[in-house]
Amino acid sequence: MFRYVIKRILLLIPIMIGVSFIVFTILNIVPGDPARVILGESATADEVAQLNHELGYDQPFVTRYVNFLKGVITKFDFGTSYRTRDSVLEDILTRIPISFKLASFSILLAICIGIPLGIFSAVKQYSLFDNIARFIGIFMASVPPFWLGMMLIYFFALILHILPSSGVSSLKHYILPSLALAIPYASAIMRFTRSSMLETIRQEYIKTAEAKGIPESRVILNHALRNAALPIITIIGTSFGGLLGGAVVTESVFSLPGLGTLLVTGIRMKDIPVVMGATVFYAFMFGCIMLIVDLLYAFADARIKAKYSK
Amino acid sequence: MSENLIRIKDLRVSYKTDFETVRAVNGISFDLNKGEVIGLVGETGAGKTTTALSIMRLLPFRTGRIDSGSIEFKGIDMLKVPDSEMRKSYRGEKIGMIFQDPMTALNPVIPVGDQIAEAITHHNKEKLNKAQVESRVEAMLELVGIPAFRKADYPHQFSGGMKQRVVIAIALACEPDLLIADEPTTALDVTIQAQVLAMITELRKKLGMSMILITHDLGIVAQVCDKVAVMYAGELVEQGTLEDIFTGDKHHPYTIGLFGSIPKLNEETDRLETIDGMMPDPTCLPEGCKFSPRCKHCMEICKQSPPVEFIDGKHRIACHLYAAHESN
Amino acid sequence: MLRTRNNNTGRAGKKQSAFKEVFRRLRKNKSAMVGLCVILLFLLVAIFAGVIAPYEKVINQNVKERLLAPCSAHPFGTDDFGRDMFTRVIYGTRISLFIGVLVAGASLLVGGFFGALCSYYGGIVDGVIMRFMDMLTSLPSILLSMCVVAALGASMQNLLIALAISQIPVFTRMVRSSMLTVVDMEYIEAAKACGTHDGRIMFKHILPNAMGPVIVQTTRTISQTILSAAGLSYIGLGVQPPTPEWGAMLSSGREYMYNKPWLMIFPGIALVITSLSFELLGDGLRDALDPRLKD
Repeated sequence: MFRYVIKRILLLIPIMIGVSFIVFTILNIVPGDPARVILGESATADEVAQLNHELGYDQPFVTRYVNFLKGVITKFDFGTSYRTRDSVLEDILTRIPISFKLASFSILLAICIGIPLGIFSAVKQYSLFDNIARFIGIFMASVPPFWLGMMLIYFFALILHILPSSGVSSLKHYILPSLALAIPYASAIMRFTRSSMLETIRQEYIKTAEAKGIPESRVILNHALRNAALPIITIIGTSFGGLLGGAVVTESVFSLPGLGTLLVTGIRMKDIPVVMGATVFYAFMFGCIMLIVDLLYAFADARIKAKYSK
Repeated sequence: MSENLIRIKDLRVSYKTDFETVRAVNGISFDLNKGEVIGLVGETGAGKTTTALSIMRLLPFRTGRIDSGSIEFKGIDMLKVPDSEMRKSYRGEKIGMIFQDPMTALNPVIPVGDQIAEAITHHNKEKLNKAQVESRVEAMLELVGIPAFRKADYPHQFSGGMKQRVVIAIALACEPDLLIADEPTTALDVTIQAQVLAMITELRKKLGMSMILITHDLGIVAQVCDKVAVMYAGELVEQGTLEDIFTGDKHHPYTIGLFGSIPKLNEETDRLETIDGMMPDPTCLPEGCKFSPRCKHCMEICKQSPPVEFIDGKHRIACHLYAAHESN
Repeated sequence: MLRTRNNNTGRAGKKQSAFKEVFRRLRKNKSAMVGLCVILLFLLVAIFAGVIAPYEKVINQNVKERLLAPCSAHPFGTDDFGRDMFTRVIYGTRISLFIGVLVAGASLLVGGFFGALCSYYGGIVDGVIMRFMDMLTSLPSILLSMCVVAALGASMQNLLIALAISQIPVFTRMVRSSMLTVVDMEYIEAAKACGTHDGRIMFKHILPNAMGPVIVQTTRTISQTILSAAGLSYIGLGVQPPTPEWGAMLSSGREYMYNKPWLMIFPGIALVITSLSFELLGDGLRDALDPRLKD
């Protein structure tokens, strides 16, 4: 098992290199002129060429990518912002806690809402509760987090005045953004839990468990849920990607100074190093979550665990 | 006269979906005394498993329904027992069940020992503590011929025959009064079949249980059963003692057909006899005798009215052929 | 035991009746039919938007009628430039459906092409393409789109490219895996044994049977794309004002949220209804295409 964990962690390295390469390529498709961006329209052509040379932008694409990679690996250096001339890494590190809090609150909330509702819906299939839950589930999956965020601000901050609409000074500030982000994903998790549970409930071993005469709750939680858990874990992992993406937009709705707002400002300002750094960090977060999912998977299913422990 | 354990009277079960109603069991009656074994014989789809699930009250809860009839277990009407009571003191405790396919009958993510222990802890009559439950689990595994140290293993680490042994251990964990074995050997290799069957018989005798054995293998019936009930399209066409069915001179044409499809050692034949035609569609059963469309001896009356039972001691045959003889 | 009888007849049924059968089952699904009707209605609205109101009304500013509350002349009110919100929402339908359908179609074509290549040739072609797709998907799709927009600049055309690129891996995987499943089926073996030539097997046997999940994924992609496009436009990385895109409209309505909530309510509702309709249709199609899910 230990070897599997190590192997899986090492696998993250080529993924990160691949992602950074793709992002680097995309961001350099259009021949840019970073020095022009930095110096502004008033600078002379000589000054621009001079700065481009200093920063290494006159070098071929591959050399620049290798240099970037070298900087990241040896010095943890993601370059400096064109606009502010700040270290990109520092910018990112100051903003990460905010994005991390938002993402983890949301995913926890989504799990806490989605899984119990999904189980209940499956157990009481075709009941009134199930029908209502299913409708709300499919409805909420179609509500974009940013609009839900606006509506939440409108009701809870502007009309009822019970929760703050923006800022990060206390945990209370995270309630609305986390809700806005969590609800669409809760509905995805709910729908998936439901269908996964429905499939498991029909299995023969559930009949065996019923024939043992153990309480229904135990049949559902210990026998059905443990088997349904694998696909549920997967969907939580993959929908985390969507959640990260949604977080970028949600952060700007609630004016949270997180990684998402950094990225969006970077894109607007054509500040390539910032975009590059922020994207790679997002990919890293996503990669880590997928890693955790894979490990959970192995722990949850004895068959998979057995396969890797040899 | 030994004590009656279970008495089923005119049991009717159907499955209803949005599109159709499947009449799976259509008025069957039989009873079983303590310590006896009854074999429920018939083709796939005759309603054998449905009967078993009705006794356990484990029919698919949204579609399956017991329409009428009664199931009396130790004098108690099982159909009136509330569900919670059913779980607490019948399923697993007084009635154990072995399922057909050991490959799917065990939970793949739970060690087998825990799956057995679960049955014991939830019907803890003797107030066993944790350690005692564990030793009980080990004893059960040893009983079915699996070394006790394998209790921490998962089902995928066992072979088919071993899995079926585990399933049997689960069913017997609380020493039930009645064991329902639903084709316990069908999914196993022929060589393993005999082993498992011998083990079931031995354990049954040791623990003094009654058993309902569901099978389509008449050879198994001859080895194990005291009574036989032949099922066709949800009805019992013939029932009686083992001797009645295997040696008696009067039989339902369907029973004759079933026996005809077994190869005989003392006769030289190139082909086995088969019963022509197929089981009727349970969503629209024929009028009169359900077997009439396939019966060699079909008469006009067979297509019109359901047969009256011909009764000779414990031997019962539901066929116009004999009812006609009677009236003559 | 008896009920399982009909379970395995669905996929391998007759080809000609397969479409009819799916449609028959789909018609019984009320919510899917509601979704389909709304989609058709919105399509009509999108096509005939010009008949309902001229495009100038959507773009031209009219300072005298700034920020009017909903009334009989302006059922959805007017925005901060005095433009009628109702007509803007109507024209928004055109843009959102256009983006959704075009992106889903383009990524289906490109992704389907790669997927077919992978499943047909296997080996190194499969390996290279799939590793590349893996890399694309190790970035959340909307972030991938953002990168593309960052490189190309924010405009409608670039938004389309960005969204399509982010959806291509999804279709590649989907087409590849559903084709691989079908290729292994016994009826393909049977067709080969009968001496049917490769092209016929591909188009007559493999494609129609691998279509199911792809059709469902396409409707899903349309709905997700419409939401993503609105999200990107909302943060200013998509369709630019004054083009009447719902996300962009929400963005400009944001500062008037407290006093003029209609600026954010109506475009949002239009967005939700459109996406919901495709979701409902997708769910219905999934159930109709997979008989095993029928209970």
